[in-house]
Amino acid sequence: MLKRIEELCAIDGVPGREEAVAEYIYRQIAPVCERCEIDPLGNVLALKKGRNTPARRILLDAHMDEVGFIVTYITEEGRLRFSPLGGIDPRVVAGKPVFVGPRRAYGIIGTKAVHMMTAEERDKAPKIDELTIDIGAASREEAEKWVSPGDPVVFDSDFVCFGDGFIKAKALDDRAGCAVLMDIILKEELPCDTWFSFTVQEEIGGSGAKAAAYTVDPAIAISVETTTAADIAGVEEDKKVCFLGRGPVISFMDRGTIYDRELYRLALDTAEKHGIPAQPKLGVFGGNNAASLHKARGGVRPMAVSMPCRYLHTPSCVLKTEDIFATRELLFRLIGELGAL
Amino acid sequence: MEVKELMLRLSAAVGVSGREAAAVELAARELAKLGEVRTDSLGSLICTVKPARPGKKHFMLDAHVDEIGMIVTCIEENGFLRVAPCGGFDRKLLLASQVEVHAEEGVLPGVICSIPPHLQSGEKPNPKVDEIFIDIGYDKKEAERRTAPGDMVTFHARCREMAGGYITGKALDNRSGCAAVMRAAELLAGEELDCGLSVTLTTREEINAAGAAAASFSVNPTHAITVDVSFAHTPDAKKEKCGELGKGPMIGFSPILSHEMSRTLVETAKERQIPWQVEVMGGETGTNADAIVPVRGGIRTGVVSVPQAYMHTPVEKIDPADVENTARLLAEYVKKEAAAHAEEN
Repeated sequence: MLKRIEELCAIDGVPGREEAVAEYIYRQIAPVCERCEIDPLGNVLALKKGRNTPARRILLDAHMDEVGFIVTYITEEGRLRFSPLGGIDPRVVAGKPVFVGPRRAYGIIGTKAVHMMTAEERDKAPKIDELTIDIGAASREEAEKWVSPGDPVVFDSDFVCFGDGFIKAKALDDRAGCAVLMDIILKEELPCDTWFSFTVQEEIGGSGAKAAAYTVDPAIAISVETTTAADIAGVEEDKKVCFLGRGPVISFMDRGTIYDRELYRLALDTAEKHGIPAQPKLGVFGGNNAASLHKARGGVRPMAVSMPCRYLHTPSCVLKTEDIFATRELLFRLIGELGAL
Repeated sequence: MEVKELMLRLSAAVGVSGREAAAVELAARELAKLGEVRTDSLGSLICTVKPARPGKKHFMLDAHVDEIGMIVTCIEENGFLRVAPCGGFDRKLLLASQVEVHAEEGVLPGVICSIPPHLQSGEKPNPKVDEIFIDIGYDKKEAERRTAPGDMVTFHARCREMAGGYITGKALDNRSGCAAVMRAAELLAGEELDCGLSVTLTTREEINAAGAAAASFSVNPTHAITVDVSFAHTPDAKKEKCGELGKGPMIGFSPILSHEMSRTLVETAKERQIPWQVEVMGGETGTNADAIVPVRGGIRTGVVSVPQAYMHTPVEKIDPADVENTARLLAEYVKKEAAAHAEEN
């Protein structure tokens, strides 16, 4: 599983440019699925047969895209202007190395030296539209040999194992979710027929999930995600939202969705029944594909099972491996419970 | 010695101010081919390329070997580390950066904590280095077993080549200067010179330049040139305060420097057709020169700087051609001066 996460995180796939991620997933899961297709928006939709056909169709969703940037303009000096794709804290952008475009030009989001800044400039995080990327080109003409407006930009960030079972990489949101679903598809004999969607463009509004939910037409949809954990130094206990090492996070509400109360309880009860750690998400923050999934067609009962993630939407997302395995275990058990509803 | 390859290796070596041994060892292996090497009591590397001769000029080519970093000051209840800066950081690039804690037993990867935006109301200023926490993924007990206050922390950064032939990475301030003086020594080692020549790679510049003061006392040169990096222009900076990447070494002019040496450096560049730029400083230079000038009875000192963009970040950017040209300028200058001296006698 960790190997798969490492491979998935190494693939570049900003919103709208998830093709390589989709291909990686499709190639591996298609042979074991009853149906597997890539839809017009680029989503991978798969049906894995189980022992029974459930009364209510179940869909497990993870998104393939990662936060990043898009090149909007090349200046006369050969520097790139760019816009964020997804909600990126402007304070984590300056000084970070990136890869730009299909040729993976190495770039620096650089500003003038700290020695030349005023006190105010030192204090203030620059806005993203004030920054430029330097790819080593001295003119627009030279830059155009490497990049074009519209090219994707991703953070340069290694996959690293550290501390007491932690991993750090870019794109763990939500390649970790993709890896968990792939692992279930590839390794488990399922208790009932289950649909899986690997969707595009979650970070910019979830149009992938809208289309996927329409096509699959499920009764119940689970968004398998990573969610912000603020269990770090300098945050008051009641603001930490969720904790690494305490298992999958079950949401009752976030900015996009009020989750199905019965399914929320079922998730926590199932975890308890099987001795799997789980925790409620303590706060109404963020959102995910459930916001799109539950509004499809005549409505879909929504659920969210997430891995707690520190430094979400930065080049250094951090997960704890035991949470990944517990999430996988809980989802597998939930398929059984939901199939029996 | 190919300067680009040398810079890539020197950049990867770790040597925060006061803890420069690994970088010094790497440089010592190269310099040992050119002359006798020793380290002094502050950890600086001194290489005698041509022994000093009584009554003759003795040139000292100097570059600081330390890099900026952080030092662990305490381990919090929850196992997160607090740090203090060693050198002047650009504070806006701290958050969510991957770092390396250099503990006794080895390197511990970590991440600088970034409090999620939804918990921040209004516009938050960039944190100061002593306000951040480092997440190394251990509870307090394990963290205390593996690291301790006093351990150094550096950014995780790989030195890479960019389009346009540039290289980027950490510690190029001032491993670029080190590469330049090492290469200059190589160019001069085989020459018959009527002068002494020493190379010093000195410690602690980013804190107080104590290494340069001590080493120049020991070496006791008649002339010193220190090579550091200086600001290369980026579109958001003032042109008049910067040099340009790829336009050659920046020859320093300042009231504290030897005007004669600065002028001779310019003459040398012109004669040898080495690209050069001028950097004028109104007083102290912010380099080792400030510490070298007043040593003993005073040392004639010059500054030559390699233009660099994004100074004091993990993505410092250098044109290796500027480093090679700096080395050539230093070598030609020493040859010219040694020859002039021989004529005078």
